[in-house]
Amino acid sequence: MKHLLSISDLSKPEAISILDTATELARVSDGAVKKLPTLRGRTIVNLFAEDSTRTRISFEAAAKRLSADVINFSAKGSSVSKGESLKDTAMTLQAMGADAVVIRHPASGAAQRLADSEWMSGSVVNAGDGTHEHPSQALLDAFTIRKHLGMGGSDLSGLNVAIVGDILHSRVARSNVLLLSMLGAKVTLVAPPTLLPVGIQNWPATVSYDFDAVIPHVDVVMMLRVQQERMSDLFFPNAREYSRYFGLNGERMANMKSGAIVMHPGPMNRGLEISAEVADSARSVITEQVTNGVSVRMAILYVLLAGGALEVGSN
Amino acid sequence: MSVALSAQDITRALTRISHEILEKNQGSTNIVLLGIPTRGAHIATRISSIITSIEGAEVPTGTLDITLFRDDLRMRPPRAIMPTKIPTSGIEGKDVILVDDVLFSGRTIRAALDALGEIGRPRTVQLAALVDRGHRELPIKADFIGKNLPTSKNQSVKVLLSEIDGRDEVTIEEEAE
Repeated sequence: MKHLLSISDLSKPEAISILDTATELARVSDGAVKKLPTLRGRTIVNLFAEDSTRTRISFEAAAKRLSADVINFSAKGSSVSKGESLKDTAMTLQAMGADAVVIRHPASGAAQRLADSEWMSGSVVNAGDGTHEHPSQALLDAFTIRKHLGMGGSDLSGLNVAIVGDILHSRVARSNVLLLSMLGAKVTLVAPPTLLPVGIQNWPATVSYDFDAVIPHVDVVMMLRVQQERMSDLFFPNAREYSRYFGLNGERMANMKSGAIVMHPGPMNRGLEISAEVADSARSVITEQVTNGVSVRMAILYVLLAGGALEVGSN
Repeated sequence: MSVALSAQDITRALTRISHEILEKNQGSTNIVLLGIPTRGAHIATRISSIITSIEGAEVPTGTLDITLFRDDLRMRPPRAIMPTKIPTSGIEGKDVILVDDVLFSGRTIRAALDALGEIGRPRTVQLAALVDRGHRELPIKADFIGKNLPTSKNQSVKVLLSEIDGRDEVTIEEEAE
């Protein structure tokens, strides 16, 4: 595997092997050893053309724990804001000898474009491209679900997951639907019709408009951020109405199964899609998602970069 | 293919190694056994139970995966990471005995020493190997050896253990060109 661009590039055994690798690497982060020499001498560039806190910091922490050199590169304060194209930026990174580029970009398909181009020879990791995909987030969500609710098996079969909110703009939802269904979970998407993308009937998931009917049956409620920055039209009448029908508050949480967990990829709009009471409750694994994110991203970098450039026969 | 060690030979060798470990360390009170996955871990477990039957006391036994510390990672496709389980007693101030199946270039043991250094500072580190086949590339030697097997570089030594392979045997094979 050279790049991680989309969940659809992964086979089920590959996805499970990333999760298993992350499990072993999580022990490293828990224990006394915080640093491993595995990627010493490798250079990883974080190319972030869109704002991000946890994904960038998480990739940076992951790379540093594996002893890679990290160069952070954000659009603000770089030549990108002077109008430099992705191609010229990529060629600059190639000239500097980047072994991998972690790219976050507002345009869907930017990571694929970079990987397919001849502009650079390193690995490309998609850290979120427009409204397309965010595979490392889906992997860390699957990892978190498996850790809490996995029935001893390596996959997620038998679990029911509801993904609630702004599906239309959510790359997290897209990647999660693909990954969780591949791992055997049943996914239900809950959103107002205006926030569902065209062609949703072809996704491997069921759709519901009634959050209250879904909530007692699921093991995981994954709330999505309402992405106001991507909303040029009016998708719902007002925040209070959205919150009433599709927000997760204490009253709704009381109807969840015992043992069921609440997730959110962050950043949260407290009071809109999730109430503070829920976000800080015992069911919430939101901060744990951040912790797990580092282990999962270490596993991704290990799988992409630790092996040799030449795939010699297995031994 | 020729059989170098039979199941009985392996049992005898491990029993002798267990006695040698006890003799050298004057008992089992301060020792920790760490097996290198996959087969080294099973051998460590066997040595541990032999020592327990001799001394009547449990020996802290764990596993130490060295994949992340290898120096040849870039020459091969990525390997799966195996579990590392350090006994709760830790390794600080202990006599740690590393256990592996075959001692060859010595690079695995170098990686294991690096991995140990990240975890703590043992009083001593000793090495037990079921087979020493020579061809060292680093200044490393084993303290306890089941069998010295003089081999040429184009032979390969295969250790089979009942826990994984269904039977105990060590064979030497001529590698196909």
